[in-house]
Amino acid sequence: MTSYFNEMYQGHSVRAPYARLQDWMTAMPAELRQMKQAEAEALFRRIGITFAVYGEGGDPDRLIPFDMFPRVFSGAEWAKLERGIKQRARALNAFLVDVYGRGEIVRAGRIPARLVYLNEAYEKAVVGIVPPKGVYSHIVGIDLVRTGPDEFFVLEDNCRTPSGVSYMLENREIMMRMFPDLFRENRIQPVDSYPEILRRTLASVAPQKCDREPTVVILTPGHYNSAYYEHSFLADLMGVELVEGQDLFVEGEFVFMRTTEGPRRVDVIYRRLDDAFIDPLCFRPDSMLGVPGLMDVYRSGGVSICSAPGAGVADDKAVYTYVPEMIRFYLGEEPILNNVPTWQCGKAEDLKYVLAHLNELVVKEVHGSGGYGMLVGPKASADQVELFRARITANPGNYIAQPTLALSTTPTFVAEGIAPRHVDLRPYCLVGERIELVPGGLTRVALTEGSLVVNSSQGGGVKDTWVLAE
Amino acid sequence: MLLTVDHVTRYHYDQPVRGVVQSHRLMPSLCAGQKMLRWKVTVSDGQMGGGFRDGAGDWVQGWTVLGPVNEITVHVTGQVETLDQAGVLRGHKELVPPEAYLRKTHPTEADAALIALAEGLTPQQDALAAAHAVSARVSDAIVYTPGTTTSQTTAAEAMALGTGVCQDQAHAVIAVARHIGLPARYVSGYLLVGIDGAAHDAAHAWAEVFIAGLGWVGFDPANRCCPDDRYIRLGSGLDSAHAAMIRGTTRGPGEESLDVSVTVLQSQTQSQTQQ
Amino acid sequence: MLSRTADNLFWLARYMERAETSARLLEVGARIALMPSAAGYRNEWESLLHASGTADGFARKYGDAVQRNLESWFFFDGDNPSSVMSCIRAARENGRIVRTALTTQVWDALNTAFQELRQLERRPRSELDLSVLTDWTMRNTALVRGSIDATLLRNDGWDFLNLGYFLERADNTARLMDVKYYVLLPRLEFVGSGLDNYQWTTLLRAMSSHRAFHWAYGGEVTAAKIAHFLILNPQCPRSLITCVDGMTTHLDRLARGYQRKTAAQEKARGIQAELAELRVEDIFDEGLHEFLSRFIGDMARAGSVIRDCYLNGDVR
Repeated sequence: MTSYFNEMYQGHSVRAPYARLQDWMTAMPAELRQMKQAEAEALFRRIGITFAVYGEGGDPDRLIPFDMFPRVFSGAEWAKLERGIKQRARALNAFLVDVYGRGEIVRAGRIPARLVYLNEAYEKAVVGIVPPKGVYSHIVGIDLVRTGPDEFFVLEDNCRTPSGVSYMLENREIMMRMFPDLFRENRIQPVDSYPEILRRTLASVAPQKCDREPTVVILTPGHYNSAYYEHSFLADLMGVELVEGQDLFVEGEFVFMRTTEGPRRVDVIYRRLDDAFIDPLCFRPDSMLGVPGLMDVYRSGGVSICSAPGAGVADDKAVYTYVPEMIRFYLGEEPILNNVPTWQCGKAEDLKYVLAHLNELVVKEVHGSGGYGMLVGPKASADQVELFRARITANPGNYIAQPTLALSTTPTFVAEGIAPRHVDLRPYCLVGERIELVPGGLTRVALTEGSLVVNSSQGGGVKDTWVLAE
Repeated sequence: MLLTVDHVTRYHYDQPVRGVVQSHRLMPSLCAGQKMLRWKVTVSDGQMGGGFRDGAGDWVQGWTVLGPVNEITVHVTGQVETLDQAGVLRGHKELVPPEAYLRKTHPTEADAALIALAEGLTPQQDALAAAHAVSARVSDAIVYTPGTTTSQTTAAEAMALGTGVCQDQAHAVIAVARHIGLPARYVSGYLLVGIDGAAHDAAHAWAEVFIAGLGWVGFDPANRCCPDDRYIRLGSGLDSAHAAMIRGTTRGPGEESLDVSVTVLQSQTQSQTQQ
Repeated sequence: MLSRTADNLFWLARYMERAETSARLLEVGARIALMPSAAGYRNEWESLLHASGTADGFARKYGDAVQRNLESWFFFDGDNPSSVMSCIRAARENGRIVRTALTTQVWDALNTAFQELRQLERRPRSELDLSVLTDWTMRNTALVRGSIDATLLRNDGWDFLNLGYFLERADNTARLMDVKYYVLLPRLEFVGSGLDNYQWTTLLRAMSSHRAFHWAYGGEVTAAKIAHFLILNPQCPRSLITCVDGMTTHLDRLARGYQRKTAAQEKARGIQAELAELRVEDIFDEGLHEFLSRFIGDMARAGSVIRDCYLNGDVR
């Protein structure tokens, strides 16, 4: 039986960051709790924050379950996380500038050429293009798990368009509305500056040819996208237009949006659309979601695209293994946050180990996301294990494996009362002229007892994440 | 050799279209053996957009036409002085690492028949000989026969047919070369054809294979040779779509019909431009 | 603002207004069905189906015009693009797309209406009287309209919403009148009969205007008074002239705000000028049906000019 680190307790005593929650928790009668839970759900539904899961059918307006029990970090814990996250964001961007330039890290033999240059996310089309301020990934979402008081691991990096930040903001908003007393009693650092920092970050990477206050827009695949709410929420809080591909067009050297008063030039596009879809002239010719000619304007310095096309090569699960190496190579520093030890099934000796220990490991697809192509060995049935064995054997390069981590738990409201459930954390690091991080992030919680899968598509919920002021 | 190019692409739309956007690779590569004496690209009613040299060394130029228009003419004229480099691409500045050209694309996917063309080749020992062999075998396996394939035909399909045009042959060379671990790419350009040659052959395509120590080397399976001073190189890509001279879209319901004419002539004297 | 956003707002309003019209149509039908008539009530329901332009769809799905089916058709049926459900769903979808152009109150009203409607849909039909459904619709469309008026910034978005409301309302008033005059009463001998008057009154009721009418005109209900009230009286909130005045007001506001005159403004002003000069006698000389058909055509053209001037994204 593995023992898990419960973030609220140390032995029988309550850890300092959670001290004031102890009373709150024990003082709340079950009826009040149920009432509050219903109130929270009604609030979420009213503001329209829902999550539609691709291909799952069912209720398109399904809510992600919200757990009212906050997850808390002390100021000191956060300070270390913040340093580690910023370090990682800098290294990932340095890597991107490098591999789309001279590729020094490859030449130096610190990362295999094939892993980078044959990667599906490597965009030959942007080689030689240095985006403004040398930033490729402007919003870096870093998924972290905790296994002990001082042990954090990076599970994966998200350099393209990490989603979920609207939950970070809304969870806080709803907690403040429902439990104002909690916020009076605890000194909780605010997160509501995020949209403004994001806007400033995006404006700071306006293209060379922009000679005025830059016009920033968010480009969404459309209102059927599962994250549409988030796109529209951020556009609203940032005070920028939310556009679809059809709203933009290229004329001459610039990109314009179609407005009721005629064309209006656009300088910075925060796109929530995959590379393959942004320009049918450069990438997938059948894309109806993108803007024809956008890449030519981008590459000739007429518009900035955030994240920059090609940024995905840095968050590939196989490239992930080399992030500590990137930190040493580009920054000359030792990594502050650890990677999870990872076996790459593409390597013969790793493959052998993985196949022999499938029952103990977590196996992931290199390009998969959302917890779909994933095997949690200790929890899997014999059939599932065999299915993955066959898949891995057929295409080893597509899989990596990691030890099953003893994810920390935090107290969570469940049907029977309060019980520990496993959590992870995704903070959102903003990279532009400066690197900034709001104190907090999205805590996801596996609501099923014993489950280690926190993905919302697999029954995960969310919590407010507090960072206390020291 | 002095080569004079006149290349007209006429797009006709049965209903007026708006918002035409094109991306061109229509400038001769900057490399040894190609000296641009004069070169001009015009687009009727067009506004020149952003232009840049990409990581593969190609000049990419955006164009837009506001419309509504029924017809668009892209006209390329120019003169280039060429020197035979025995197929080797020299003095060409590019940043894209050769490994990036090992990636498979749909038209260059190698099937069993294409893989069979690689039989017995030993690129580890002599990459150049292997590449020559690939080109020669493709010339035999896919006989140059216009009209049997379309722009959408894949290398594997042309292989099954046993016939195709320069595009199919180039795709096949690329597929086989990549299969044996040699980076390969598609090149588009112009070719001075013999007096008996048909006009449309003057817009041509071939393959380049990366040979360690030598660099990129051109192979033209259609003419069973390496590019020489009859060739003008414009741009390259993973396959024909990526290396296309013109890619474009329009806004509006109009059906497009296309009319292309290319002539490449050998001149005796340099044509007089501005005095 | 983005042309697409303006388009979504315009259509949000049109769908809300259309939902209201479908509920009103249902109410007219149900009331008329309570009266004995020469043709029998079934026939009149069919007339309403024709008026709403959905007769074929209904026949394919249900066959005979039985009231229970008609209630489903006009209210819940997703196959009827003009049903209250379809319209509110479409309005809410348009609203969701332009969520950022709406206030919380407007979105709340719209979203709550949609969520409530989905709950209504799950209840056994036997528990739902027709009046429950029509009252629900009136209340919710009024809530949305009210929250727009009370909370929304008076910017161009507000103008596009109002354009949608007025254009759709003008079209619907004209259609409802045409139903009465042309579809319900095809035979001349009924004109002026008790049935005729009853139908006119029902029509007024369906437009929530019968009291207003009596205050304004008094005495007997005549076709001429009704035509004046619903076409030419600027006091009537649903009259054609009120709607066209509203359209010109908002098109003028847009022209001032954007500092450019448009063909849409010109078009609306042309229609407005014609109505201002018109007398009821002129309308009857032309023929009410002919006049209404011409007006409906004018509205369709105005809609398309508005699209070209503001909504289609090709504005330069």
